[in-house]
Amino acid sequence: MKISLNWLREYVDVRLPIEELARRITDAVAEVEGWRTIGEMWDPALVRVAKVVAVDPHPNADRLRLATVDTGERTVQVVCGAPNLAVGQTVAFASEGARLFDGHTGEPTRLKLRPIRGVESAGMVLSERELGLSDEHEGILVLPEGTPVGVPLADVLGDVILEVSTWANRADLLGMVGFAREVAALTGGVLREPSREFTASGPAVDGLVSVSIEAPDLCRRFTASVIEGITIGPSPAWMQERLRKAGMRPINNVVDITNYVMLETGQPLHAFDYDLVRGKRIVARRARPGERLVTLDGVEREFDGEMLLICDGEGPVGVAGVMGGGNSEVNDGTTRVLLEVANFRAGSIRRTSTLLKLRTEASLRFEKGLGPEMAMYAQQRALHLFETVCGGRIASGIVDVYPGKEPPRTIVLEAARIAQVLGIEVPVEDVRRILGDLGFIVHHVPPAKYSVQVPSWRPDVEIPDDLVEEIGRIYGYDRLPATMLRGTLPAPEANPVMSLRERLRDLAVALGFQEVINYTLTTREKLALVTDPLDTVRRNPLGVVNPVAAQHAYLRTSLRASALESYAANRRQAEGPLRLFEIGFEYLPVEGDLPIERPVLCAVLGGSREGRWHVGGGEALDFFDAKGAVEAMLGALGVRGTFTAAEEHGLLPGHTAKFGVGSEMAGIVGQVHPETAAAFDIEEPVFLFEVWVEDLVRHLPERPPYQALSRYPAVRMDLAVVVDASVPAGAVLELARSHRSQGVTTRAELFDEYRGPGVPEGKKSLALRLWFRADDRTLTDEEALKVRQGLLARLGREFGAELRG
Amino acid sequence: MTTETGSLARLEAEALAALEAAADDAALDRWRAEWLGRQDGRVTVLLRGIREVAPEERAAYGAAVNALKQTLEERLEERRQALKRAELERLAREGAIDVTLPGRPQPLGRLHPITRTLRDCLDAFRAMGFRVAEGPEVEWDRYNFDAARIPEDHPARDMWDTIWVNTLIDGKRRMLLRTHTTPNQIRVMERTPQPPVRVVVPGKCYRQEATDATHEWMLTQIEGLAVDEGVRMSDLKGVLYEWARAMFGTDRRIIFHHSYFPFVEPGVEMAIDCFICRGDGRQCHTCHGTGWIEILGAGMVHPEIIDNAGYDSSRVTGFAFGIGVERVAMLRWGIEDIRHFYSNDLRFLGQF
Ligand SMILES: [Zn+2]
Repeated sequence: MKISLNWLREYVDVRLPIEELARRITDAVAEVEGWRTIGEMWDPALVRVAKVVAVDPHPNADRLRLATVDTGERTVQVVCGAPNLAVGQTVAFASEGARLFDGHTGEPTRLKLRPIRGVESAGMVLSERELGLSDEHEGILVLPEGTPVGVPLADVLGDVILEVSTWANRADLLGMVGFAREVAALTGGVLREPSREFTASGPAVDGLVSVSIEAPDLCRRFTASVIEGITIGPSPAWMQERLRKAGMRPINNVVDITNYVMLETGQPLHAFDYDLVRGKRIVARRARPGERLVTLDGVEREFDGEMLLICDGEGPVGVAGVMGGGNSEVNDGTTRVLLEVANFRAGSIRRTSTLLKLRTEASLRFEKGLGPEMAMYAQQRALHLFETVCGGRIASGIVDVYPGKEPPRTIVLEAARIAQVLGIEVPVEDVRRILGDLGFIVHHVPPAKYSVQVPSWRPDVEIPDDLVEEIGRIYGYDRLPATMLRGTLPAPEANPVMSLRERLRDLAVALGFQEVINYTLTTREKLALVTDPLDTVRRNPLGVVNPVAAQHAYLRTSLRASALESYAANRRQAEGPLRLFEIGFEYLPVEGDLPIERPVLCAVLGGSREGRWHVGGGEALDFFDAKGAVEAMLGALGVRGTFTAAEEHGLLPGHTAKFGVGSEMAGIVGQVHPETAAAFDIEEPVFLFEVWVEDLVRHLPERPPYQALSRYPAVRMDLAVVVDASVPAGAVLELARSHRSQGVTTRAELFDEYRGPGVPEGKKSLALRLWFRADDRTLTDEEALKVRQGLLARLGREFGAELRG
Repeated sequence: MTTETGSLARLEAEALAALEAAADDAALDRWRAEWLGRQDGRVTVLLRGIREVAPEERAAYGAAVNALKQTLEERLEERRQALKRAELERLAREGAIDVTLPGRPQPLGRLHPITRTLRDCLDAFRAMGFRVAEGPEVEWDRYNFDAARIPEDHPARDMWDTIWVNTLIDGKRRMLLRTHTTPNQIRVMERTPQPPVRVVVPGKCYRQEATDATHEWMLTQIEGLAVDEGVRMSDLKGVLYEWARAMFGTDRRIIFHHSYFPFVEPGVEMAIDCFICRGDGRQCHTCHGTGWIEILGAGMVHPEIIDNAGYDSSRVTGFAFGIGVERVAMLRWGIEDIRHFYSNDLRFLGQF
């Protein structure tokens, strides 16, 4: 909302510098987003108020005229092209050298006088655009009648416009009076409310119009008055100026009064042409299904049965609280006005304006929750202006149908609650002053209670803590000390999945992988590239109704697509090794319930490994780099994975393995199928692995399986065996590792796999390095050889292994 | 006797001269074999010849030859050391490498800057006794809105532009991508039968919002919640003050502005003093010349929410806050565009 400081000063004295005022308002009331100073560049000596005393034709140009202007010091002649120039106008006048904006380009400039079509001009009568007030350049700016001639323009028109963002529950702050009340409370000022006096000189209103409310749950109050003897014309210059500063366009005196009073009080009003109201009857009722009305913006709108309409004797004439109808609009011929000031249920207005996609100044105020007492306040204020500004004759009496009347709300506030919530005691006199300044009626009930009556314009204040906030914000949160929480700590909550995720993150980083975080929404097409057609869960991701963009329309059921996208994008940037990982969720739909959010580590790697130089590189990363990373992670967690060949959509058969820990599959590692990679614009071999965090966590030891260090040395020996080429090396290794004999344990590692000359066709040779160790003695070479012999025999039985000759 | 002694001295001089001439390990080994060799080293032979010496001279002879042997052994070791040193010196001098050549590239992983910032924040709160919990990203509207006192048809819903999940339940849309981590206030209290509650809940949130340098539709938030008897707004100030100092420097100052969030009462926004311009930069892009940087929303948990959790709001109070992790990361590193975070460009990620 735009707050003109000059206008604000009508209701409260403001002496603070603008920076200080803005800071205080932001601290305690609403956020001041900025401010604009009007007239900052108007030189008081060069831009002044003047009066047009004569207008004559220009001898050499039809479009131009010669204005004789009284500047307060002298009378001068200027050339002027404005069509609205007229004798008697008070205007803004600039002398040579004044800083202005160019009327055509809008650029800042300095006034340089020269003859125009052969006639000297002593100065310039200014438009709003030239003054930097608005873009208006059709005619000159006309100042309010009675503005003193000869004074600097900055003194009468200079202003500061605050841009303030208010809260969703404070309709009262959207009115100047409500805003001024806050400023008064904040600065120790006194609120001056605008006059609501008027004389009712017309016929009784009851004979002119009747009002009934058929939906009292949606319409809590409806007031109506009638003003006769109106001549439609422009509103006074001061009113137009204020409307413009508030960002509204002046229309005519009647509409301007309704807007002005809305800006002043926060309460929307609506003026009908009384003579267009059929049956002289107003009904507030729910729309009949399919009912239609052309609203003031010229759009035909259709309503549902929960929308509140304002109707006359024959049909709709307005959408309650949102916009009036074109059929009863005030027009140039209007002489009698029916003024509606009503109160509607906030949620209903919100719903209607949302469904109609029609947000208006009125609906924005109603939906925040206006107090119903404001209706009569605004009605009276408007009638005062109709009388003083339009010379209207006001019918006697105001129709007031008020089914929703409630007694004022009273809240009992324990003084101790203030300290309980804020952490400081606020003295009684401060509580009384603060609440009193904000319009609350406070009774101190000694020793330690307040009985507080809430003003009608503050329906947002419902409970004692709402009062604590009122006290706290005006008293100043800067008075709160910074204290530390006391009391006992809650019991620790173990979250093994979260812990494992963080551990995996650290391990991946330690293994040289860069963490990425991808958007969790993607497309069905991308998910289809990396999920199995038979996987009905992952192939049916949850969609969103209103994605920010088409490429973010489905919640990902796999991390692989975004991992490959990240890989491709970074491959375009640089050559060399790429190792990326993300830990995120797969969102797996569940019928009728929230999806399962399944934590997964997904890593991709490829390119040539680090070589001697930063350019070029060594041999390409491959499957065993990916597998090695998995093994290292599992090893760090104290477990060993069991890898078995697997097939998986999007991965290359024969180059893919699943791995299990304990009885459960805990992840997958493999080469991305070249066709899949190509679909992501990756032309090189790229490898991927996933760790399924929840499956892994179930099989992790609570503590690492610690073993005391043996005091006895191990005996190291090698063993090369020949087996069928189809025997998995992992199985041979597994068996060797599990071999135990008479208190001797075996550690085993493979160090070669060989096929070729020296090994029969269809066979392969596996070289094992073995370490035998006993817990209780130093092994002799003879003992170790016997254990090795036993192992060889077992390998022979299990895999047909023979000692390589 | 004198003759013998004289010949031993000559022998020693000869041996040492030969030793001096030996220039490498092989030469030293040859020298050792010639003089000290077990079988027929010249000194060994002398020792063996003791039998031919007159009995009364044997003791003196033996001592003299043994002394010669010991001297030669010591000088041999010295010579060996000297040769080794000379070899290393030569290596350092002649085999010097160009130390300005680049080092061999090593694989280096890094955490995402959001992860780093998130962890630093959580660590600060853990140090103040907060536990860490989590809640679902895809959420029911009643947790995201209704339970947080943001009813349908309330303009406060405009504060959060929502991405809705396209699933109808009983003919209505009920599932959404949580717009904030606030639903976890409700969820945590639901599963905590009795206070105290002291928890931070990190996680992703989503907004139906056009992106620009300061707006992103996917966000990371940290929800904070402390509920117990005796929890005061001044405690909120103290906790956030410690957090701000941990994240932005010990000389940070904080202020609270009045604000409005339906789920807190009173509601505030917290700002920290601008550590970029230190309060006097009219041109400062970070604080826009105000000297203060708005950084998070907070407040005292609305008593209705306390009561709905089954606690007694007349005895139990609480505070809550919501931190935007991206904003914190942008401030601490001076990152100018929020869209960098999730575009995963290594040129960006490699800087943290
Ligand atoms: Zn700054």
